[in-house]
Amino acid sequence: MNFKTLFAAALIGSAAFSPAIAADEPQVVRQEMMKKNGGAVGAMAKMVKGEAEFNADAVLAALTSISEVAGSFGEYFPEGSETGFETEAAPAIWSDRAGFDAALAKYKTDADAALAAAPADLDALKAVFGPLTKNCGACHETYRLKKS
Amino acid sequence: MNRAALGIGVGVAAVAAATLGLVLTQPKPLKAERLEAIAALEGNAEAGETLFWAGGCASCHAAPGAKDEARLVLSGGVRLTSDFGTFIGPNISPHPQAGIGSWSVADFANALLAGVSPEGGHYYPAFPYGSYTRMSDRDVADLFAFMGTLPESDVASLPHEVGFPFNIRRLLGGWKLLFFTDASRESVDQTNAQLVRGQYLVEGPGHCGECHTPRNLIGGFVSGGWLSGAPNPEGKGIIPNLTPGGKSIKDWSASDIAYYLESGFTPDFDSVGGSMVEVQANMAKLESSDRDAIAAYLKALPARPNGWE
Repeated sequence: MNFKTLFAAALIGSAAFSPAIAADEPQVVRQEMMKKNGGAVGAMAKMVKGEAEFNADAVLAALTSISEVAGSFGEYFPEGSETGFETEAAPAIWSDRAGFDAALAKYKTDADAALAAAPADLDALKAVFGPLTKNCGACHETYRLKKS
Repeated sequence: MNRAALGIGVGVAAVAAATLGLVLTQPKPLKAERLEAIAALEGNAEAGETLFWAGGCASCHAAPGAKDEARLVLSGGVRLTSDFGTFIGPNISPHPQAGIGSWSVADFANALLAGVSPEGGHYYPAFPYGSYTRMSDRDVADLFAFMGTLPESDVASLPHEVGFPFNIRRLLGGWKLLFFTDASRESVDQTNAQLVRGQYLVEGPGHCGECHTPRNLIGGFVSGGWLSGAPNPEGKGIIPNLTPGGKSIKDWSASDIAYYLESGFTPDFDSVGGSMVEVQANMAKLESSDRDAIAAYLKALPARPNGWE
């Protein structure tokens, strides 16, 4: 086999396998979930900052999405997913699973409370936005490790 | 020259070197004139609160994990791991025995600006006097006044866990000779009041460079590396490059930086993490003009790619 054929085979191989495999990996799934959270938080933050008009439906959609993520996020940290796919999950997730689960439970409680409050105006949004998003930093303080 | 003379010569040289070493490593408190100038000021506790948050005092001196009001109780106990050992934040509450309640403002100024204790010994630079030394007399007096209003705690300070040779504090005199300076870290346009304020906050009380600047083997800043990021001394992970030359925040606008310091959110609404969570909570308590000044200073830095990002 010459180099060109080998190269082509490698290309086809990587195209056929890697994306399909990567998308199912817990590291990738949880990264996508956090990106989704970023989008939801961003939509509400723009309203809080006064950069976007308050929109009750958009807020409800964002809070629903955040609550859904909170409900299943913890399932994507099985043993064996400590490394790989540029994960920034900190070893503390596995060494202090109880603490991680407690942080997630609090996040879920706050997300559900915000959703139940169904903010009808900007002030109501501000009232839930602060307490809810405190969870982001509180969890990332201990359970995420910036690697790049 | 005979052997006896040589022996005497070597002996004299050794004594001279040891004497010189002792002189050079001697802790040097502030000059009397500066101490008098600071003592003559009437501290304004309200203004001092800004310095308290800008200086991040609570991050090392409040109890580990303390939140909200509890961060005003400076009982100490936070463990700071490093290549040189583990430093444990002492009690600096106004308790007369367990804390610093018996200190004069001159003692406080010597600690903050010269890294010298009331007993005349060197402090470890884990206490960031290498940055605080740029603080103004007024700010030192105000901060002292504010800290005097905080609750007392009788929790005893723990000794640092530092092995030989770093447990010989006198050696810190050598570290100070090599690295301790109150000179500016960066030259900025001194006619631009916002940049000057940002420089003061970042290089002085904010002590951003203590983590965000790479250090050499003996704990001095790598020259030319100011704020270009570093490995995390507390373990795995990195401390981002803050200059426009790093991939971390080069695409952030000044208002993105200010908003991050206020809210903890990056421009794509990722959140603050790691030890920066505490720092951001402190920065959120500043006036927005101060956060804007910090952002302006960071944007004015020269690009310093660090080679590993």
